[in-house]
Amino acid sequence: MSATFLSSEFFHNYKRNLSAIAGSAILLAFTVIVLAGPLFVAQNPYDVAQLDLLDSYKPPVWLEGGDARFLLGTDGQGRGVLAGILYGTRVSVMIGVSAMVMSCLVGTTLGLLAGFYGGRLDAAIMRIADIQLSFPSMLIALFLMSAFGTGIDKVLIALTAVGWVVYARTVRGSTLSEVQKEYVQAARVAGLRDGKIIRRHVLPNVLTPLIVVATVQVGSFILIEASLSFLGVGVPITEPSLGLLIKNGFDVLFSGLWWTSVFPGLFIMALVFGINLFGDFLRDELNPRLK
Amino acid sequence: MANDMTVADALLSVEDLRTWFHTFSGTVKAVNGVSFSLKPGEIMGLVGESGGGKSVVGFSILGLIDPPGRIEGGRILFNGEDLVTAGEPRLRQIRGRDIAMVFQDPMTSLNPLRTVGEQMDEMLRLHTELDARARRERCIRMLEDVGISRAAERLASYPHQFSGGMRQRVVIAIAMLAEPKLVIADEPTTALDVTIQAQILKLMRHQIREHGASMVLVTHDLAVVSEMADHITVLYCGKVVERGPTDDVIRRPAHPYTRGLIDSIPNPEHRTARLSQIPGAVPDIRKLPKGCTFRERCPRAAAICAQSEPALTLAGERAFACHFPLQEGEIR
Repeated sequence: MSATFLSSEFFHNYKRNLSAIAGSAILLAFTVIVLAGPLFVAQNPYDVAQLDLLDSYKPPVWLEGGDARFLLGTDGQGRGVLAGILYGTRVSVMIGVSAMVMSCLVGTTLGLLAGFYGGRLDAAIMRIADIQLSFPSMLIALFLMSAFGTGIDKVLIALTAVGWVVYARTVRGSTLSEVQKEYVQAARVAGLRDGKIIRRHVLPNVLTPLIVVATVQVGSFILIEASLSFLGVGVPITEPSLGLLIKNGFDVLFSGLWWTSVFPGLFIMALVFGINLFGDFLRDELNPRLK
Repeated sequence: MANDMTVADALLSVEDLRTWFHTFSGTVKAVNGVSFSLKPGEIMGLVGESGGGKSVVGFSILGLIDPPGRIEGGRILFNGEDLVTAGEPRLRQIRGRDIAMVFQDPMTSLNPLRTVGEQMDEMLRLHTELDARARRERCIRMLEDVGISRAAERLASYPHQFSGGMRQRVVIAIAMLAEPKLVIADEPTTALDVTIQAQILKLMRHQIREHGASMVLVTHDLAVVSEMADHITVLYCGKVVERGPTDDVIRRPAHPYTRGLIDSIPNPEHRTARLSQIPGAVPDIRKLPKGCTFRERCPRAAAICAQSEPALTLAGERAFACHFPLQEGEIR
């Protein structure tokens, strides 16, 4: 299996694509951070007992007054910025990935139903999708969050409400073309129920384009969540994501204490950049029309 | 045929079937009063040009007409049971187990993401009580039967690892797995190389005979039908224009349309400068002309053909719908 992967066209193209390699290297680094982040810092930024107000607003180590314990400096509560980032990245990535999975489940299901059954169901689902698309997704998310209040679960719901549309439309399109193919007819002729036809025959054949959509969407979800948190309607203060860290630092940004918000910002940028680099590579590789 | 045989003798008896498609630009009467019947063990060729409603007949039998299509009238008696009124749960039992189908394009009629073994197994799981090992043995035996060597290994292969002809063999194997009484083959060799066509046809006939099944062979290719079928039913614009025993119809066609189809088969023994063809094209089925639908393309058309539509005239085992049928030995 691994031998066939190493000799596959996919891997061959990957080896020659610098941006794909860079993108996956960034993603690998972030995977390590998400899985093992707390191991790199001594301080748990959420444990009040480990915080000391005397440590507040220390600059990064390479500046005058820097403290070796806090590589990227500290914030107003004496929390290490790096520790905050390592913990906050977990929250950001967890939200981005979970919301992507939820959107994918909802959108794919609706898209399959719309494409397979057509008619009124199709019209209803797709009109809702059209209405949804006519609003900026940020606006919808903001509206929902101000209605629900803050919380990770509510962020996930808001992001799903925003994100399902792209899956529904993609899946509906591919389903329409798959249903025309004779193997779907053959499955009906064999006496299979619709549910089984959809799950066993249509679904696997419409998944490929979703890989690209899902990858890029994780990036955009992380950005939306960061924006929501920055505006104060995202995650609660007890579980700060990268966006909330930026917001916390933003208040003191112009007093010269730039490190508290610039470093979380750089991390978000790097994360989304890595996701998009890799997503672009996947898009080029998995798009049959570009071959 | 329907009239000289009681319904009880027939495995399949289609009576005055009308399947219409209600589109925005008008009602398409794709099948408009088609009758034929099929005895157990018989192979019937359903012939006609593209757009003649041949495939729709096949899908109507299986109850797989999707909106905007609808079966508007007629009966489809299978073993005496009317499939038109049978309802979806009953039809699902019948599909695959009693009536199977072989499709035109083996490139798309197998799911590209599932192994041949999985796709065969699905059929047996659905329609038999066999356990996993028995199903596997049955699949292997079936693949060997259709001429696929190293069958046990090939079960784990994906469709793209087979050639077109081999895939069609797999499709036939899947169709025959549940021992159906009737197989509907929709242009089963059209997508294949000519050299493979003959092999596949031979295989299909062998399988049908061996399992004691019947077959409706839907095709535009009269040459294929003349090789395979016991009876022919010729469709034009959704109606039966001629039917009868194959040899008889091929040797002495009564309808000018059948004659035209026969003449447009290349015959190496009579090489002429130019292959004869039927002039014109199939009329727009939403706006069929009054009278005989074939008259605009017919060399024998006369005034009456524009006035009244010829009824299906029965003559022994033969039937035709023409005001001026060709007599024996007559050339056009």
